[in-house]
Amino acid sequence: MLEQLLAGLEPSERAAIDDEELQILKDVEAEMPVFAAERSQLLPILQHIQGRHGYLPKLALQMVADYLGVTIGKVYGIATFYNQFKFNPPGRNPIKVCLGTACHVKGGEIILENFERRLEITEGQTSPDREYSLERVACIGCCALAPAVVVGDKVEAYVTPSKVEGIITEIEVRKAMAAREQERNEAANG
Amino acid sequence: MKQPTASPVERLAVRSEAAVARVRKLRESPIPVIEVGAATCGRAAGALETITGFEQALADNGVEAEIRRVGCLGHCYAEPLVTIRYPGFPPLLYQKIGAGEAGILVRSFLKDGSDPCYEYLIGALEPDENFPTLMDYPRYLFEKRVVMEHCGLIDPEDIDHYLAVGGYRALAAGLEKSGEWVLEEVKAANLRGRGGAGFPAGRKWEIARAVDRNPKLVICNGDEGDPGAYMDRTLLESNPHQVLEGLALAALAVGAPSALLYIRAEYPLAVEIMEHAIAAAERENLLGDDIMGSGVSLEVSVFKGSGAFVCGEETALIQSLEGRRGMPQPRPPYPAVAGLNDLPTVINNVKTLSTVPSIIRNGHQWFTGIGTEHSPGTAIFSVVGEVEYPGLVEVPMGATLEHLVFDVCGGIKDGKALKAVQIGGPSGGCLPASLLETEIDFDSLKKVGAMMGSGGLVVMNEDTCMVEVARYFTDFTQGESCGKCTYCRIGTHHLREILQSITVGEGRLEELDDLEEISRAVIRGSLCSLGKTAPNPVLTTLRFFKDEYLAHLEEKRCPARMCRSLIAYYIDLEACARGCDACVACCPTEAIFTTSNRKKAIDQEKCVKCGECVYACPPEYDAVRRVSPPGLIPDQGIEPLPADDKDEA
Repeated sequence: MLEQLLAGLEPSERAAIDDEELQILKDVEAEMPVFAAERSQLLPILQHIQGRHGYLPKLALQMVADYLGVTIGKVYGIATFYNQFKFNPPGRNPIKVCLGTACHVKGGEIILENFERRLEITEGQTSPDREYSLERVACIGCCALAPAVVVGDKVEAYVTPSKVEGIITEIEVRKAMAAREQERNEAANG
Repeated sequence: MKQPTASPVERLAVRSEAAVARVRKLRESPIPVIEVGAATCGRAAGALETITGFEQALADNGVEAEIRRVGCLGHCYAEPLVTIRYPGFPPLLYQKIGAGEAGILVRSFLKDGSDPCYEYLIGALEPDENFPTLMDYPRYLFEKRVVMEHCGLIDPEDIDHYLAVGGYRALAAGLEKSGEWVLEEVKAANLRGRGGAGFPAGRKWEIARAVDRNPKLVICNGDEGDPGAYMDRTLLESNPHQVLEGLALAALAVGAPSALLYIRAEYPLAVEIMEHAIAAAERENLLGDDIMGSGVSLEVSVFKGSGAFVCGEETALIQSLEGRRGMPQPRPPYPAVAGLNDLPTVINNVKTLSTVPSIIRNGHQWFTGIGTEHSPGTAIFSVVGEVEYPGLVEVPMGATLEHLVFDVCGGIKDGKALKAVQIGGPSGGCLPASLLETEIDFDSLKKVGAMMGSGGLVVMNEDTCMVEVARYFTDFTQGESCGKCTYCRIGTHHLREILQSITVGEGRLEELDDLEEISRAVIRGSLCSLGKTAPNPVLTTLRFFKDEYLAHLEEKRCPARMCRSLIAYYIDLEACARGCDACVACCPTEAIFTTSNRKKAIDQEKCVKCGECVYACPPEYDAVRRVSPPGLIPDQGIEPLPADDKDEA
């Protein structure tokens, strides 16, 4: 299925697919048969791809459409209807700023702005080095801890502009520590 | 197919006895037991770090104790919550236990039982001579816990805990009697749907049961999308078997061989816990084939919703199950007659189903004895915002808002005044302090223009702008409108644009009439309740807080000093302390500079009005002022410190 799809592309389109995306597409091809080729399986299939790879590459949508026997327009229309699905690769540190009612009243908007300013990306974007991605979410159900932010899998409670700075600094420090560790290991092994 | 040996009730009695014995043994174990509330909210407050803290401290001090994870008590203000069962003491509940406090508890209390650390204690879970008990607190005294009775006290991943408190007894009784009996009990109890609309659950079941097309399906609606409500998640995470038992009873009453849990994908822990619970119940033959030898079978599965607020609407939910966009469909036919794949489909909210087992166990007379005549039972609210003790609260229907906010939740934080209570989320309304005597039930709330909705209740103080709140909710519903009905799609867009312009000080007075007119058009021209209720926040704020709209329009002033285009911050040089730098470091845009007399001032060009300096300024100086409109900043003759002086400063 994938081979045919790739063969049908323009050379320039084919060249635009990097190894990472190709690997995702191969995975999708391998895993798709787990699901029945029925329309009702559309959301579960999309959720599976999203859950494993963090986003839905365009060609993966085409593969899902072919598998279920519907047009890519249908699949895209449905995927964009739901908030869960993303169409760009996420950052290594995905940041979700909650803007539910309680968080909004307590200044969630200001927190989002601070992340935008600090990371130099706007909501919905991923930083060019793929380190961070930023999005707003409607409610993560931690209203008593407002304003709340989810960094990776961890919920940060009572976030303030200073804490935004702290969150990013912590990630940067951890990254630097990991890099040093790796360097040391390489030196020890080499 | 009925086995002659034992009836479901007899079978369950044997199993429950074993569960009681096992749980008692766990609780009375010679080594202390530490129970940590680790639902999503507890984890957000750091419950997992608390667990690591306990493990570390136990190992360091050579103390033996068992750590267990429990669900959520609903006392979010006190998270992370920890219950310690130490031999010779009553079970003690502690609040705000981080990793550090965990270490102190291990060293002072768990090691030798010498000091039960009163400083972190809330109280004992059972009456005791030496400790205050939870019943001594207003929060516990006024609450009536029916649905949340066991939340946070039992281990959601251990089915024995639920069996030991009488779990699945209602299902066994239902299986032994009949589906009709279950249906009649729930009908007589007048259990109204807790999802918001309040349609009687028994009536819904009856309609589906009467349809002569099979197989039927029962769906538990856990697509909680109201920004500000999270009780469904708590029930799924903290007492999953209660939901399953309710679901099984509904399926029995309707005559459905299969059931589905529709849970938001944003609630990964709830999905995980429910899947675990289904597997456990199937292993115990409480679900699955030939349940407890009754001949009745029920297959239960989980479907993850993909995050669309409108999918909380029954017909939209069904569309999404069929792999389509979640767009509501005209009713009738109602899903109970023709739902998924055109077969009878009953959809009940998590809270509704969680209430069912207690009705069957205690009888409908018991249930109608709680709450009001037309809205029996209890209501669960997530009370958040500016109250002293936010969290989940379960009170009998008919309690007043005043009772809920002031008696149960401790009143408004920091001695401020209550301005409004936003009830029912994006479909609800903002009620002013003068309407606090309103009783909480389905009908009374509708009368004042609000709605029970899903039970979100946000308490707002004088610092919250009502125009901004209306803009926020309209922005939300606009984004979540599925786009099917023109009035909802375009009307909410125009409402949002007008409200937006008012909050930035560019609104025109005549637009107030437009707001009302468009609102009424959206209500009339929308198919589903998302559109029909979307203008509620606008209409209620216009009705009760018109003066705030007028202040924005006529004076370009935000009375709550919240709308950032209409406010400004400045530092009062009289109050500011020479040489103090607290605010400088906190400012995210480096807008604060040193003045010629070595005090601080804000560069209005750079200031983004985040308010961080207000909190950074030491309370003994309290020098940062917020004004609206921005023109109110006084001329203090500020001059920056000359550049050559800066090294010394």
